[in-house]
Amino acid sequence: MLAKRIIPCLDVEDGRVVKGIKFKDLQDAGDPVELAAMYNEQGADELTFLDIGASYRSREIMIDVVKNVSGEVFIPLTVGGGIREVDDMRRILKAGADKIAICTAALMNPGIISEGAKILGSQCIVLSIDAKKDGDRWYAYKNGGRIKSDYDAIQWAIDVERLGAGEILLNSIDMDGTKQGYDIELTRTVSESVSIPVIASGGAGTLAQMAEAIENGKADAVLLASLLHFGEYTIRDIKNYLSNKGVPIR
Amino acid sequence: MIAIVDYGAGNLRSVKKAFDFLGFESQFVTASTEISGAERLVLPGVGAFGAAMDKLTERGLVGSIKRWVEEDKPFLGICLGMQLLFETSSESPGVRGLSLFKGVCKRFEHDKVPQIGWNQISMMQRSNLFMGIDDGSYFYFLHGYYIAPAEADIILAETDYALRYPSVVGRGRTYAVQFHPEKSGDNGLQLLKNWVELC
Repeated sequence: MLAKRIIPCLDVEDGRVVKGIKFKDLQDAGDPVELAAMYNEQGADELTFLDIGASYRSREIMIDVVKNVSGEVFIPLTVGGGIREVDDMRRILKAGADKIAICTAALMNPGIISEGAKILGSQCIVLSIDAKKDGDRWYAYKNGGRIKSDYDAIQWAIDVERLGAGEILLNSIDMDGTKQGYDIELTRTVSESVSIPVIASGGAGTLAQMAEAIENGKADAVLLASLLHFGEYTIRDIKNYLSNKGVPIR
Repeated sequence: MIAIVDYGAGNLRSVKKAFDFLGFESQFVTASTEISGAERLVLPGVGAFGAAMDKLTERGLVGSIKRWVEEDKPFLGICLGMQLLFETSSESPGVRGLSLFKGVCKRFEHDKVPQIGWNQISMMQRSNLFMGIDDGSYFYFLHGYYIAPAEADIILAETDYALRYPSVVGRGRTYAVQFHPEKSGDNGLQLLKNWVELC
């Protein structure tokens, strides 16, 4: 049976993993290759690296990070952050990544999804949607959740599947960092509107909430950041819990 | 030397990285002359059935791959590289595959397509390929089409995804897997090592 995935997300700046809460008080958390190996050891099903350094230099160093990690850790690797063109995607894949996460670039120019899918394959295009509720609708946000777009997040999810995205990484801006749990309604609505896998992100504080995102939110995977980085849970703890609840886990 | 067929589709680098990590020498080959000097041949693959056959034909690789398998030299097909061994695929109607195995490729019609993630294999036969790997082990899959072989005796393992389908096949020294061993952690590395050392 296909297992539900647990995916650690590591923020990288100038070649170092950093951790903080809501992009504030960033601390150095270590070397990306060492942390990738550690999470792999713990049973991570995939790894996601986000380049949060806005500079050209940070992106260049990210290429080396990808080269080094993919030579040591043999599980799928997704890379995102600041990707604007298909050529950026191609370079990161060539360095050893398996998938590319895009967000703002797709909202600015949806054609990048179909172009990327056509040249590189749908399987490597992860569409990241930062969604925030306004009234009774969710909207897709750009620029790291700072700027509201005109797109209804649910319609956007349907559109990106049609354009060729292979997976959706769905982040709830409302719940992000709150530890109050995932936005289950949002997750379920998106998951039931598309036939590509949906990765839930934003809001996890307890193991029960992760199970809820999978069981009620119908998420195919959960993405975790600070909860893992600050050592509150290990991937093994999470997997043991989910497995006891009857969730298929590797 | 292990030759990895490069037909200009998908990310083949991770296969080479896995062999590098295991300490086995490998290189990409793009022409049939380069294949003849190799000891082992890997046909990896991401992408579409028809496009891949076009590329293989364009580069004049079809004949040498077929000959390689017919001569029973060590061969490993990965993902699309497994599907290409069969006759046709509903992904690309009218395109003839390498036709080294009888059977066709079909699209999943239930559940989410493509299947993305870790799934288990149920071993149907003993094989050196599985040495040191437990029955029911997880591997990383990424595919929208699955094979339906005409001959049941080639099936070495099966996987469940709404339906049960063959995920490992083999005959003689020809092996093919639907998952990505190069992305399947320790089990995947073990399988690649087995293939090089025992198959």
